[in-house]
Amino acid sequence: MSDFDTEATEKEILRFLEARTKRAWETDTDLFASGGLSSLFAMELVVHLEKAFAVSVRGADLRLDNFRTVESMTELVDRLRTTSAGGTGA
Amino acid sequence: MTRAPHTAPDPHTIAGPHRIAVLGAGVMGAGITALALGHGIPVLLVDTDEERLGRAHDDIDRELRMAQLLGTLPATTGTGALEAATTTDGVGDVTAVIEAITEVTELKAKALADVSARVRPGTPLISNTSSIPIDELAGHAERAEDVVGTHFMNPPYLIPTVEVIRGARTGDRTMTAVGALLTALAREQVVVRDAPGFVTSRVLHPMINDAARVVQEGTASAEAVDALMEGCLGHPTGPLRTADLIGIDNLVDSLRVLHQRTGDEGCRPCDLLLDKVRQGELGRKTGRGFYAYQEEN
Repeated sequence: MSDFDTEATEKEILRFLEARTKRAWETDTDLFASGGLSSLFAMELVVHLEKAFAVSVRGADLRLDNFRTVESMTELVDRLRTTSAGGTGA
Repeated sequence: MTRAPHTAPDPHTIAGPHRIAVLGAGVMGAGITALALGHGIPVLLVDTDEERLGRAHDDIDRELRMAQLLGTLPATTGTGALEAATTTDGVGDVTAVIEAITEVTELKAKALADVSARVRPGTPLISNTSSIPIDELAGHAERAEDVVGTHFMNPPYLIPTVEVIRGARTGDRTMTAVGALLTALAREQVVVRDAPGFVTSRVLHPMINDAARVVQEGTASAEAVDALMEGCLGHPTGPLRTADLIGIDNLVDSLRVLHQRTGDEGCRPCDLLLDKVRQGELGRKTGRGFYAYQEEN
């Protein structure tokens, strides 16, 4: 989709991360690497992305790798919004 | 040794496909249901509270997605079908019943008596309890040999081992059936004898009670206690975060059972735990316990 705003999406994900974890993150940091977040936090990310961007993360997209970095989450949101805008629903 | 030998035939081929009933749609009932569905086993989930059944649908969906996210489910198996009901009328043809209602002996005994009159004889009646002796419950069922205990930890899909409690009257056939079911759920079982709190609760719950007492006495904050238990002693989540995960009300119920039955004063629930229950700060499930879990948007 041409109207997808990568920067705004990254900014929103960063804002949520910083509010929940009380620390600053880079868009390419592996959130679950050693010293990072518990993988249990990934579900909070799933729920937040679904609410904030009106997407539904299902099936094969439910992989930890999709939630490792702000960049990978933004790519996922972009792809899911494109799919649902194409009329296939979610 | 409590594990089935590797040469054992696939339980599906000897016993046919599993279809289980789970009684109680609370935290553990929903978690066990999610574990079963995720391994392709259909579940009849029974709870007398229709509202709780409704909430359980969301909980089960979230747990299944979480399990998938963490890669703890078999990739090739489809999800089992979920059926929900407010009565046990539909349990007649299930291959096992897992009872996961409130941790109160009388309620569990009543549920087992009811369900044992409805299932085929020989159907394992599995009481999921963290501390009530299995033989006490077995006496209320029509066939005490069908009753066995399990103690799944929360969340079941993430914890690979299940404590299995063999009561004094539990039959060999029931032990075999429960082993086959746990194998189908990809859980390891460790069989122990019947006693108040068995092994895990008898050791863990008084320790959590002590951790809360340390906070109550002002020695350290909950965060500091957990940080020390994690960082120095290798506890995976810290005892007080564990209390929030168990549910502080459930923990207090379990400590009372342990205190009554062992006489161990270390098991008498401390004032801070009792205060939290009075204030409705029951842990994760209410959004607040020793920690706050509100979503920030």
